[in-house]
Amino acid sequence: MDLFDVLSMVFLILGACFALIGGIGVLRLPDFFSRLHGGGITDTLGAGLIMLGLVFQAVKVGLTGEPESSAWLVTAKLLMILFFLFITSPTGCHALARAALSDGVEPLVAEDEGVSRA
Amino acid sequence: MFNVLAITMVAILATMGLALVRASLGPTVFDRILALNMFGTKTVLLISVIGFMTKRPDFLDLALLYALMNFIGIVAVLRFTKYGHFADDQAEEGMV
Repeated sequence: MDLFDVLSMVFLILGACFALIGGIGVLRLPDFFSRLHGGGITDTLGAGLIMLGLVFQAVKVGLTGEPESSAWLVTAKLLMILFFLFITSPTGCHALARAALSDGVEPLVAEDEGVSRA
Repeated sequence: MFNVLAITMVAILATMGLALVRASLGPTVFDRILALNMFGTKTVLLISVIGFMTKRPDFLDLALLYALMNFIGIVAVLRFTKYGHFADDQAEEGMV
C-alpha cells in the first residue's frame, strides 16, 4: 500500500460519489436546466476524478513494472480520454442548453415572494 | 484495490440506471438527450474501470472510441430534433 495506491483509491471513491450525486440530481431536480447542472457534475468532476484515479494506477505500474510494460501507453490513453471528455461534454451541455432555450423550454424561476412557480 | 474498483463500478452502474430512469420519464426530448449523454460518458468510465479490474487495459481503446462517438451522436441527435433531417446547410435551403 504505497502513496499511488492511496491517491488512486481516494480519487476513485470521490469520483464514484460525485457520479452518484450527479445521477441523483439528474433524476430529482425540478426542471430541465437544473438537471443539466446535475449532468455536468457527472460529466466533468465524476469522470475526471475516476480517470485520474486510474492514471495513478497506471503510473504506479509504469514506475515499478518492467521496462517493456505498456503502462505509459495506458497512461497516455487515459489522459487522451480525459482530454476528450473535458472538451466534448461541456460543449455537448452547452449545445443542449441552447437547443432547449431556442426550442422554448422555460426555465423554472422564483417569483418575487420567493415562491417557485408551479 | 480490486474492491475499490468494484465499488466504483457499482456506483457507475447505479448512475447509469438513474440516467435510464430519467430517459424514460423525462418530459421533454432534451431531458432524454441529457440522460443519453450521461449514459454515454458513464459507458466510457465503465469500460475503463472494467479494463483495470480484469487487468486488460487494452479496453481503453474501446473507451476512447466511445468518448469520440458519444459527442458526435449527441450533436447529431440535437440537430435532428431541431431540423428534422441530417442534411447540410445547402440541402436545407434547397429543401425549404
